[in-house]
Amino acid sequence: MNALFLAIQYLRYHWGRSLVLVLVAALILSVPMVTQSILARSQDALTERAEATPILIGNRGSQLDLTMNALYFSDDRAEPVTMAATEEVWDSGLALPIPLHTAFQTNGARIVGTTLDYFDFRDLGFAEGRVFAVLGEAVLGAAAAERLGLGAGDTIVSAPENLFDLDGVYPLEMSIVGVLERTGSPDDDAVFADVKTAWVIAGIGHGHEDVITRAEADAGNVRAAASIVEFNRITEDNIDSFHFHGAPEAFPISAVLVAPYDARSGTILRGRYLDPDRPLQAVVPAEVIGDLVDRIFRIKALLDAVTAIIGAAAVSAIALSLFLSWRMRAPEMATAFRLGAGRGVIARLVVGEITILLLAAVSLSAMIVLLIQSRSEALTAWLLSLGT
Amino acid sequence: MIDVDDLRFAYAGGGFELSIPRLAVAPGEKVAVVGPSGTGKTTLLNLLSGIAVADAGRLIVDGADLGALSDKERRAFRANRIGFVFQNFALLDYLTARENILYPYRIGSGLRLDDTVRERAGVLAEACGLEGKVGRRPAALSQGEQQRVAICRALVTEPALILADEATGNLDPDTKTLILDLLFERADAADATLLAVTHDHELLSRFDRVVDFADFRAAAA
Repeated sequence: MNALFLAIQYLRYHWGRSLVLVLVAALILSVPMVTQSILARSQDALTERAEATPILIGNRGSQLDLTMNALYFSDDRAEPVTMAATEEVWDSGLALPIPLHTAFQTNGARIVGTTLDYFDFRDLGFAEGRVFAVLGEAVLGAAAAERLGLGAGDTIVSAPENLFDLDGVYPLEMSIVGVLERTGSPDDDAVFADVKTAWVIAGIGHGHEDVITRAEADAGNVRAAASIVEFNRITEDNIDSFHFHGAPEAFPISAVLVAPYDARSGTILRGRYLDPDRPLQAVVPAEVIGDLVDRIFRIKALLDAVTAIIGAAAVSAIALSLFLSWRMRAPEMATAFRLGAGRGVIARLVVGEITILLLAAVSLSAMIVLLIQSRSEALTAWLLSLGT
Repeated sequence: MIDVDDLRFAYAGGGFELSIPRLAVAPGEKVAVVGPSGTGKTTLLNLLSGIAVADAGRLIVDGADLGALSDKERRAFRANRIGFVFQNFALLDYLTARENILYPYRIGSGLRLDDTVRERAGVLAEACGLEGKVGRRPAALSQGEQQRVAICRALVTEPALILADEATGNLDPDTKTLILDLLFERADAADATLLAVTHDHELLSRFDRVVDFADFRAAAA
C-alpha cells in the first residue's frame, strides 16, 4: 500500500508526463482493437448491403465505382446512363428496376433521386412523416436528419454541383415530408427524393411564370425573355407549371438497381448485358465487393505488420522514458536506501507505478474501444460513403 | 552508544582506507566530527548506520554489533535506530512536508505507519516551527524550512542516534544557528545521541566534544 501511495503521489505530481504515457499506452492498446473492429464491421456492412442488392446496371466502366456509388452513395461517379436502361428492364418483365440518381448533394448529404420501390426494396421504415408524394418533396435518412437538425415540415436546399456552373444547376428548396428509421447503412446519411425532383435540380425540368398572357397569345405576340421568373421552390401554386423538356427515356440516372423476380430471370438478364459493345453493363455487387474485401484484407495484413512495428517502437519509447525517469530518481532511491528501505521497496515502487499507468491505459483504451464500437455502425456508414 | 575498537575499512576499488583505533560516544552526547575532505568522515557515518560494513574491528551502536548483522537486519536497524540529516535535505519534491516527515514509515523495514506516528509527526512539525506549512511541497518552502522538515523526518522514528552529514552546510549563518539549536533541542527532547560531521568550526563550541579525523590519519601513518 505504501509503494502504491508513493507511486500515486509521484504520478500525480508529474501529471503531464503521466498523462502522455497513459495516452500513448492507451493508443497502442486500442488502435489495433479499433482497427480490427472497424474493419470487421466494414466488411459486414459492405457484404450485407452488396448481398442484398442482386444486380446493378450502369455505364460500362469501373464496376467498383458503379457499385460504391449506387450502394454506398460515395463520391465515386460512374458515367451516367439514361432512363432508357430502366425502361429496358421493365420491358423485359424479368425484374423490378429502381432508378438511382446520385449526382447531387445537400449540406454534405447525398441526394438520391429514386422511386418509391426503393423504400420497399431496402425495407426502410419511417421514424416520422411519410414517403415523398409529389415533386419537390424529400425524405431524410436518420443520421442526416439528426446531423442537420431537420425533420418533417422543414425544408432543405440542394447544393449547386459546381460553384462556377452559372447556367447549370440552380438550388432547389425541397420540403421534408419524412425521416427514415436508423438502419446503420448509407441510407442513414442520404436525402431521398423522387427521381423527377433530381431532374428538376439538374435543370431538365423546371417551372416558371407564364411566358405569354392569353391576350398576347391571341394577338400572336409570343416571346420569351430572361426576365421570366423561374421557380426554385415547388409549391402547390406553382407545381402545375413544372414540366420537362425532351424525352424521359433520355434523362440521366446514375445506375439502375435491379431486383430479379427469380434466379432464372436474373441469369437471363445478366446475359443480355454481356456484350462488350453495349454501353451498359450488369454487375453483381456481391462479387465486386467480395474482390474489394479480399483486397482490403490483404492490405490489412500489411497494416497489422506496420501497427505491430509502430507498437513495438512506442512500447520501447515508453520503456525508455520510464527507465530514464527512474535513472533521474537515483538520488531518491539512495535516500530511501540510507533511511533503511527494505530490499524490495524500490522494486515495489517500480511495479506500483507501472501497474497504475497500465491500469489507467487499459481503462482508457477500453473506453475508446467501447465508444468506437458503440458508434461503429454510423462510423462505418460514414467511412463507406467517403469519396476517393 | 557508540563503541568503536580497532576498526578498519577499505573500499573495494582501493585507494582509500579508514582506520579508527578507538572511538566511544556516550548516550545523549553531542559530538562533532571534523577533518579535511577525504579523511573518511562520511564513511564513518555509513559504517555507524550499517550502510557500509567494516573489514575488521568491533563496531557496536546502541548495543548492536553491526558486523554480526545481516543485510536485512542492518536495514531494519537503520530504519528503527538511526535518524539521518543530510546537507542537501534529500526531501522528495512530489511529497508534501507532512508526507516527507512520514517517508521513513513508507519505505523503512519494520516500521508501521499508524495514528500514533501521524500524531507524533504533527507534534514534531509544530515544535520545529512548521505549523501551517506541512501541506506544502519542498519547492514552496525556504531552505531553513526544508531542513526543519528533514530534521523532523530524522526524529519521527524516535532514533537512538542522529547522524548529521553537513546538516547546516547549505544554510545562511542565521538559519544555521537556528537549525543547530533546533537539532540540539529535539535531540535532547528525544534523548538521542548526535554525531554531526561539519566543516563549520564556528559551531564546534556548541558540541560536547569534537573528534578530529586528522588525528586518525596521523595515527594510521
